[in-house]
Amino acid sequence: MTPLIRTRNLSVHFPLRTGLLGKKKVVHAVENVSVDIAPGSFFGLVGESGSGKTTFGRALLRAAPVVAGRAHYDDGEVAYDLRAIDGEDLKDYRSRAQMIFQDPYAALSPRMTVRDIIAEPLEVMKLTSSRAETDERVREIAARCRLNLEHLRRYPHAFSGGQRQRISIARALVSKPRFVVADEAVAALDVSIQADVLNLLRDIQRDMGLTFLFISHDLSVIAHTCDFVAVMYLGRLVETAPARQLFAAPLHPYTRALLSAIPSLDPDETRKAQKLQGEIPSPIDPPPGCKFHTRCPFATDMCRETEPELEEAESGHQVACLRWKELG
Amino acid sequence: MTRLLTVENLTVQFDTTEGRITAVDDVSFSLDRGRVLGVVGESGSGKSVTAKALMKLNPGNAVYGGQSKITLHLDGGEVDVMALRKARDLRIVRGGAISMIFQEPMASFAPALTVGSQMVEQLLIHSDMSKKRAREISIEMLDRVGIPDPVRRFGQYAFELSGGMRQRAMIAMALSTHPKLLIADEPTTALDVTIQAQVIDLMKELVAEFHMGIIFITHDLGVIAQTADDIAVMYLGKIVETGPVRQVIRAPAHPYTRGLLAALPRLDDLDAPLTPIPGDIPSPLERPEGCVFHTRCGEIIGDVCRGQVPCFHAVGEGRAAACHLYDHNGEGSA
Repeated sequence: MTPLIRTRNLSVHFPLRTGLLGKKKVVHAVENVSVDIAPGSFFGLVGESGSGKTTFGRALLRAAPVVAGRAHYDDGEVAYDLRAIDGEDLKDYRSRAQMIFQDPYAALSPRMTVRDIIAEPLEVMKLTSSRAETDERVREIAARCRLNLEHLRRYPHAFSGGQRQRISIARALVSKPRFVVADEAVAALDVSIQADVLNLLRDIQRDMGLTFLFISHDLSVIAHTCDFVAVMYLGRLVETAPARQLFAAPLHPYTRALLSAIPSLDPDETRKAQKLQGEIPSPIDPPPGCKFHTRCPFATDMCRETEPELEEAESGHQVACLRWKELG
Repeated sequence: MTRLLTVENLTVQFDTTEGRITAVDDVSFSLDRGRVLGVVGESGSGKSVTAKALMKLNPGNAVYGGQSKITLHLDGGEVDVMALRKARDLRIVRGGAISMIFQEPMASFAPALTVGSQMVEQLLIHSDMSKKRAREISIEMLDRVGIPDPVRRFGQYAFELSGGMRQRAMIAMALSTHPKLLIADEPTTALDVTIQAQVIDLMKELVAEFHMGIIFITHDLGVIAQTADDIAVMYLGKIVETGPVRQVIRAPAHPYTRGLLAALPRLDDLDAPLTPIPGDIPSPLERPEGCVFHTRCGEIIGDVCRGQVPCFHAVGEGRAAACHLYDHNGEGSA
């Protein structure tokens, strides 16, 4: 099956402004990332702050400066080279690829009614020919996101966090996209609401045949929603695998450390794995060799010099670690 | 065990342009020395307002109920916190016997002063030590919380420290005055999980070393399970369940606690469906009558839940739940 999104060695850099004589500094936000996102999948991207996961998501929506590598979109109807796309094609791509943001309080204009918020993408992209058609589309997607007609007349301030996130979701989906980037879509929500929004996203994905890039720092959330997971560290992918495989048998020391750092609900379960020392290095001046070697308990001289590439450990399971075989 | 803090019938309301809203409603609990009480709840549950009440840090539009009583049991005698008025007298609960760690360490340090000068300033306010000694103690504390190169960090500004480092500095500052009670309000929420694990371990070590009481506020049940001895679950300004953390998490008694646990994605069972608690948290302007949780409760009995505020009932050793399901049980102690 042709992947919906395919990237090869994609890199995103942000130049930093420096003094007159200062050396030009660059933030290496995303480095050499190659992924295939299968159509109809719920693809999870997990990492800590500064790992580059948000930038990667934005790059796929043409909202971050890609400096190298390739990115392609192919949904069977149209195929685009995401680095070369412009004009009408770009407009068309914008209706096919959408984003859901983290903060449902900041993402919605307080001066617009819920109906107008949801209708805006249709109007801006001129996807409907009459107001009646727009209203019809808005009502349809609102119902799918469990908002009722009475909600549509109100303003966002009248809604709770969970309801607002459902409004954001309706707005993202009203243009009938094929690909949705959900960036920390449940991170700002309370636990009791988070489950509801996750279930909603999964239902919609299944019913509408969508493909999701689900970005999150929360491994438990990823484990419960995604089919496939990629783990990112300092702009690089360190491990990719089907979700179950990744959580049952993680191979990269970073993935293992992440999993063992999650506080267990069982008070008697003392965390068995080693804890990570230190913090994620700066992407302005990333360390040589394996980017994780500064915190890795298994790092050797080889790790400090040679940067590992993703290699296939077993079918569908890739890991970028020089020592994964010996570490077992 | 020695009692450190008693809170009785604490009620906090706020006067707003939209009317008077109730943030904390008739809350009672106590804490012994050397114990960690985890207060868990979602947005609007009143957990932070409760904590701030202990230091009288709520803003000027806060109205405390007439029955509210907060007693701090110190070696030198009891302090009636509600009766403290003058800034001088309030020092005892603001940095003297009680210290607080906040969620956002960036917002807790003044950006234009070095970390060190802020640490020294508070030591000088709360004790009569010399400036030189205050500096020594501050650097010692920075070292104690695992900050490498503490002398250099002492002279730096908050923005020069990473998130995890700032939170460590915050903890060092809060503990340098040797408080009897430490209030930690979501101290790990803004941190990445690998850094969170480091901070949790640090806090556990410090509890053992300093033998203070801790009130640990968080929305994260996993963090509570790993840090607290006892737990108080709050919903819409009410404590709905209390007890030892093991028992409450293993066999929650209140439908809200059960709902919270069922809604949590668990790594040990990927097949378990996520069960949200139905509906949304009501706005504080529309607090439900009767049991505050009845609008979302899956185990509602009937009119008794809609009309009558449930009392606490004993549901096991040291445990209590405010729920009509247990109306036939005896009165609880919380």
